[in-house]
Amino acid sequence: MSAPLIEIRNISVGFTGKSGAILPVLRDIDLTVKTGETIGIVGESGSGKSTLALAAMGYLKRGLRLLEGSVAFQGQDMFAHSRTELEKIRGGELALIPQNSGQSLTPTLRIGAQLIEALRLHSGVPQSEFSAKAIELLGQVRLPDPAAIMTRFPHELSGGQQQRAAIAMALAGEPTALLLDEPTTGLDVTTQAHILELLRDIARDRDMAMVYVSHDLGAIARVCDRVVVMYAGEVVLDGSTRQVLKAPVHPYARGLLASIPRLSDPRLPVALDGRPPAPGGAGQGCSFVDRCALAQDQCRSRRPVLELLPSGESVRCFRHQHAEELSLTASGAIPAKLDSEAVPALQLDNVAICYNRPRLLDKLLGRDSASVGTVDGIEINVAKGETLGLVGESGSGKSTILKAVAGLLPPSDGRITVAGGEALAPEVEQRSPDHLRRIQLIFQNPDDSLNPRQTIAQILEQPLKLYFSLSGDALHQRSAEILERVRLGAHYLDRLPSQLSGGEKQRVAIARAFAADPDLVLCDEVTSALDVSVQAAVLDLLNDLKSTQGTTYVFVSHDLAVVRALSDRVAVLYQGRLCELGPSADVYATPSHPYTEVLLGAVLEPDPDTAPTLSADDVVELSPPARGCPFQRRCPRKIGAICDTDAPPWRYRADGHGIRCHHTIEDLEAVQHADVAERCA
Amino acid sequence: MTLASNPPQNTTWNRALSVLRDVISRPSGAIGLFLVVFHVVLAIVSPWVVPYDYKAMNSTLMLTGPDATHWLGTDHLGRDVFSRVLLGGREALLVTGIATPIAVTWGGFVGILFGLVGGRMDEVLMRVVDAFLSLPWILKMLVLIVTFGTGIEVLIPTLAFFYGIPVIRIARAATHDVVARDFVSAARARGHSRLTIIRRELLPNVLDTLMVEGAMRWSWMLLAFSSLSFLGFGVSPPTPDWGLMIADARGFMSFAPWGVLGPVIALSSLIIGINLTADALAKALGIDRAQKAPV
Repeated sequence: MSAPLIEIRNISVGFTGKSGAILPVLRDIDLTVKTGETIGIVGESGSGKSTLALAAMGYLKRGLRLLEGSVAFQGQDMFAHSRTELEKIRGGELALIPQNSGQSLTPTLRIGAQLIEALRLHSGVPQSEFSAKAIELLGQVRLPDPAAIMTRFPHELSGGQQQRAAIAMALAGEPTALLLDEPTTGLDVTTQAHILELLRDIARDRDMAMVYVSHDLGAIARVCDRVVVMYAGEVVLDGSTRQVLKAPVHPYARGLLASIPRLSDPRLPVALDGRPPAPGGAGQGCSFVDRCALAQDQCRSRRPVLELLPSGESVRCFRHQHAEELSLTASGAIPAKLDSEAVPALQLDNVAICYNRPRLLDKLLGRDSASVGTVDGIEINVAKGETLGLVGESGSGKSTILKAVAGLLPPSDGRITVAGGEALAPEVEQRSPDHLRRIQLIFQNPDDSLNPRQTIAQILEQPLKLYFSLSGDALHQRSAEILERVRLGAHYLDRLPSQLSGGEKQRVAIARAFAADPDLVLCDEVTSALDVSVQAAVLDLLNDLKSTQGTTYVFVSHDLAVVRALSDRVAVLYQGRLCELGPSADVYATPSHPYTEVLLGAVLEPDPDTAPTLSADDVVELSPPARGCPFQRRCPRKIGAICDTDAPPWRYRADGHGIRCHHTIEDLEAVQHADVAERCA
Repeated sequence: MTLASNPPQNTTWNRALSVLRDVISRPSGAIGLFLVVFHVVLAIVSPWVVPYDYKAMNSTLMLTGPDATHWLGTDHLGRDVFSRVLLGGREALLVTGIATPIAVTWGGFVGILFGLVGGRMDEVLMRVVDAFLSLPWILKMLVLIVTFGTGIEVLIPTLAFFYGIPVIRIARAATHDVVARDFVSAARARGHSRLTIIRRELLPNVLDTLMVEGAMRWSWMLLAFSSLSFLGFGVSPPTPDWGLMIADARGFMSFAPWGVLGPVIALSSLIIGINLTADALAKALGIDRAQKAPV
């Protein structure tokens, strides 16, 4: 291997807390990145992974300061450099790609102008060749029609295209090292898989080092040679990707892996209980001691050092020889299967939802503004006690359907009925109190769905007062009971949401929904804003509540593995139209709708031995085609003109598994099995 | 950890106390709050502490400079300027002290309501507000005052009405930010009434902005009141008032500047005090305030 490119020597970074004490965010970190090497930094939110990556550039966020240690890039001390010297290195030899490029690109400048600015500042290219070089770079990041992209503004590009443009800008300075801070978080699975392939190829072609920061072990597995696992500001495990993901020797890494839901495993993942210590709260012993199943007395009294093992890994644990006792694939609970009754708890009957209102001019002229509905022709029955998963990429209309069921967005056509065949009024204001109580909604982000000015008691009181007219002691007692049910104690009642962790906040949101004693709970990406270990706990809780309360769920997520873990049946949506609907085991097996196939192929497993299959491009479509199959433009199995003109028919297999495609089930099965065989060969 | 050892007390009182502590801990807040409290206390106790009768004229002592007996000299009628400066803020503070809460309350309520309702109603209301705001304030006020007279009973509602209109804008904008959040959707989906949503979900989140806005309105209103007095439409003589005193003394400014200086310093120190407090309050509450100080 070649000489070290980035050398981080024993750095500690901290801030001064309100009490005046210095609270460390990073503690005693050593990290060496060699030329051409890709290192993944993983950890949960607050573990200090982004701080570490930024420190490698000689940059610390406001309020943070270097307590000790040094950072060298190509032998130069980054924290000793002046600002102008740093400016030469940053964006040139050492470039950063941030999480949300949409926000880091200048909104008022065309992509071409921003790229040329990067070239002027950081490359030796003569001015006359700027445009040609910029177009070349955009081509290298596989943007279609680079010359046209040059003239676009950032908002005219999709999230994936923006990320590609940001990568092109980073490449302008011919960097030897690239820092990536969660570069694919928030992108659709297919887009994410494509961007990761691109990064891999670029790094290999240019012999460029990459430091890849992510919470997503699947993405790390795909691009990294080495993985550094961080916990509470410390490196707890450092080894090759294979070592860390296949047989990690640190209990935290094992817990983290076990908490990830897998496509191949229908069981629920195992939650990692507890939460990491706050900065400065780690105490004398090991920072992971409170959550560790292997903890002993020495773990509490002394802090373990990072120990280099003969196998080449470094681990910060006294008990690493015993780590293998903790199962990696350990089974969590088996998802509760309720005896679903024939009575449907929810029926969507040809539901269509349209966002664009008819234009005033059209109305005045009596014209029928023929816009294509955002969501159209949705026919789903959810049996009582069943969990229906709705999956699809962003813009597929899955949350829109939930909003329509909740009455927040009236459908433009069709009927929604609940148990007993009673039709729901389209708007929430016209619904009867009983209907309102029976349907409850849980949102994606508890920071947004809990009023920051209300205490937990006040939050839980609202449904209890509204639906059951409780007051006084009965109200307090009931609130405490509900909190117990979501595994939070009554002492949480007086707290504000800001005094809770992300997982605790989501539990409060779940408690509020269950306070109404609902029949049907609509879950809108309820685990997407949470860390994986917390996600597993929330899934476990939802599963528990389902078996004790007999609730029917409609569970929306973009994460196919999460949906699999909880759902009895799955509906796959593309552009607001149903593609496939059936029992989850069948939907996740072949044959499937070509779109489901693309989606499943793009899923990244936290396993270095699996690779995604990218069978369609990741172009984001903004509106569905007016005629024919909604997936016609991206379909890898397109037949021909019939897909463009005729709406595909439903084709059914046994047990109600339906696929909406012009191909027959037999054709799909044959062609997909042939592909699998070819890939294995 | 601290959270576990002493359970947090999340009462309104505790929050107010911690915000107050935060305001005082900032230099601008400490100075501002001191000036405001000083002026308010002075306005209350001044009738008992003034050295001279504010309306006692003395033809032998007209326009004398500051000395040991008359600290700020005398005016053109021989009255003690210092006594009149001490008393000169009472009317202004009384009128604006009543009109400001009224303005913030009605403007805030209308703003929140229309922010929640949205749609065409909201659009129409905002155009009406725009039209109102485009007229020079002094013209609007003079029309009302000329029609109804100049007493306190006219000034308070007039000021409260006109200064509530810009509050509508602010409250509506703040409400728009809150309405977009999921907890409001959650409350709607549960089936709460509009009033409950305003009271439980919107108001607590808009209140901070309204408080800062209220402080700003207060300083604007003080200036407006003093300007009206200066023009002769506010307090009637011989009641001492800063605006009126500046108007009376400005003719002699070249050779007797103390007659203008005293009330000017008093008025500006109060307004600066309010602005500094509002600034510190905005920072303590975490609100970004783009609104500039009135002067």
